[in-house]
Amino acid sequence: MEKFQRFTGKVCPLDRANVDTDAIIPKQFLKSIQRTGFGPYLFDEWRYLDRGEPGMDCTHRPKNPNFVLNDPRYAGASILLTRENFGCGSSREHAPWALMDYGFRVLLAPSFADIFFNNCFKNGLLPIVLDSTTIDHLFQEATGEQALEITVDLLAQTLTTGSGEVLSFLVDPFRKHCLLEGLDEIGLTLQHAEAIRAYEQRRRAEAPWLFRATGR
Amino acid sequence: MGAKTLYEKIWDAHVVRQEEGTALLYIDRHLIHEVTSPQAFEGLRLSGRKPWRPENSLAVPDHNVPTKDRDQGIADPISRLQVETLDRNCAEFGITELPMHDPRQGIVHVIGPEQGFTLPGTTIVCGDSHTSTHGAFGALAFGIGTSEVEHVLATQCLLQRKSKTLLIQVEGTLGEGVTAKDLILAIIGTIGTAGGTGFVIEFGGPAVQALSMEGRMTLCNMAIEAGARAGLVGVDEKTIEYLRGRPFAPQRAAFEQAAKYWRTLVSDPDAQFDQVVRLDAATIAPQVTWGTSPEMVVPIHGAVPDPRAEADPVRAASFQRALDYMDLQPGTPMTAIPLDRVFIGSCTNGRIEDLRAAAAVVRGQRVADRIRQALVVPGSGLVKAQAEAEGLDQIFREAGFEWRDPGCSMCLAMNADRLEPGERCASTSNRNFEGRQGQGGRTHLVSPAMAAAAAIAGHFVDLRTG
Repeated sequence: MEKFQRFTGKVCPLDRANVDTDAIIPKQFLKSIQRTGFGPYLFDEWRYLDRGEPGMDCTHRPKNPNFVLNDPRYAGASILLTRENFGCGSSREHAPWALMDYGFRVLLAPSFADIFFNNCFKNGLLPIVLDSTTIDHLFQEATGEQALEITVDLLAQTLTTGSGEVLSFLVDPFRKHCLLEGLDEIGLTLQHAEAIRAYEQRRRAEAPWLFRATGR
Repeated sequence: MGAKTLYEKIWDAHVVRQEEGTALLYIDRHLIHEVTSPQAFEGLRLSGRKPWRPENSLAVPDHNVPTKDRDQGIADPISRLQVETLDRNCAEFGITELPMHDPRQGIVHVIGPEQGFTLPGTTIVCGDSHTSTHGAFGALAFGIGTSEVEHVLATQCLLQRKSKTLLIQVEGTLGEGVTAKDLILAIIGTIGTAGGTGFVIEFGGPAVQALSMEGRMTLCNMAIEAGARAGLVGVDEKTIEYLRGRPFAPQRAAFEQAAKYWRTLVSDPDAQFDQVVRLDAATIAPQVTWGTSPEMVVPIHGAVPDPRAEADPVRAASFQRALDYMDLQPGTPMTAIPLDRVFIGSCTNGRIEDLRAAAAVVRGQRVADRIRQALVVPGSGLVKAQAEAEGLDQIFREAGFEWRDPGCSMCLAMNADRLEPGERCASTSNRNFEGRQGQGGRTHLVSPAMAAAAAIAGHFVDLRTG
């Protein structure tokens, strides 16, 4: 996984609550067996006026001028500011893959859906929960003539806005450690292989029916 | 030792290693489908890792499979490649698969219980949010992303933080014509789509105990639509009898040994939950969603709400957006909304009891002329065979429904079954998100009996009053 330490980027304000994973990356793009290439189809149904299909070249597709990602002010944005329950719905990791592939590295919202929130951390995408008042304030800042820039410092757990305002945020210590170091969680777990085997041995004595589930 | 909730009992039995804030949790059962697994298998290959315990995984293609003319294969080459990739990965890594042409193939959350792969007290994961379904058996079951699919394949474990516990206690009895689907929609309408975030929900009380296993699966299936990590129902004799004799369940003496343990899988009477919500089942009417989130739901005798009545501006704006997308006017009675299509199926409502309930409404009637398509998609090959043995397929066909092969189908429209822009559908599925059933399509979530009644009338009706 790519390391995440300190990052400065432009904020794109997506003023909608309950943005679901079907909206983030529609189902037809889930047929891919790759992890990359989803960026052009991020928010496909909101971003374009035609029907998107996998493999389409998006450079000449008609864009929805009213969708915030198409606003020239926010071109190249890498921080998405949004509303509560972002990422609700399916478990598709294609949602964080699409956000990352588009160029987002940080998400700011009052709350995130559970599975989506987990998936972000596995991919070096940092979802930050801020209280609703702070989010409202950032929406005001981000919707001016000039796009808002924010510096995210994961080690210090701070956001610094272009005007010098500093906001702090919370992050789980283990997840922070994994992001800062870009750690492979599977490798970390396999360091405990002996503990897993010991558990299995104990469990096999207590509940033998749990093993050989498919009779193989 | 103090009193424990069911969740705490299952959790404690699966902790391999406790670390600060997180635990390494052992995973007993791993279900796999074609959409969220290819990148996980590819990850194993790239890192030279092998599955830790491949015999504890079960795979099935369900999202991309066609529901008709299956003998001709999958027409869409990208869908076909994804299904073939699952076949290849299962063969390469030694994982049992029920492939597309297997008579047992079906929606992953239907076949898990049906095959007895789902067992009480187990931890069950799948790269699919509706894994919460299996909580109906007193199992801790939750959806995971593809990175975690790879993690489970490689280690049979997951790093987890303990959730808070929410008891939803449903007192009383559900009325005639009111089903588990109406109950869960009413619950989501009450607590909201983020109401369960950070929690594992246990459903309890007499109205839940009275539900069949199919009904409990419907209930737990949509726990995720309330934002919860998982849904749970305590084990009782119904749970145990449902599993007796299932192919992957323990057999004979081993079954009795297991059943003895399973009977302990209920929350202790004085267990403490972090939060409790109480509902009276008798007050719940058949439900219909009007918007683009499952919490946007009203009783069938209700009307489309007015966003101007909402005090919170973010909420009012999302109501207005939903009305624009759904092309509905505030104040319209739900029974006055005309429909174009009807879909009966999905991991929420594609089981035999659901098909029986729908067929009972349809028997001897005709699908209304204005309905362009009414689909019945059984949840699995075995559900389909059972329904055919009972003559349900004939009832549906004679009424003008299409009788299809099992799969996820129009619940998420990854295969050829989908809505056209602007079409309005009564659907027994679980999500009414924008574009969920096809770009521009408009979804109203209902129970199977309500969907059947709507197909006959061409609009929603209160099936209690006709």
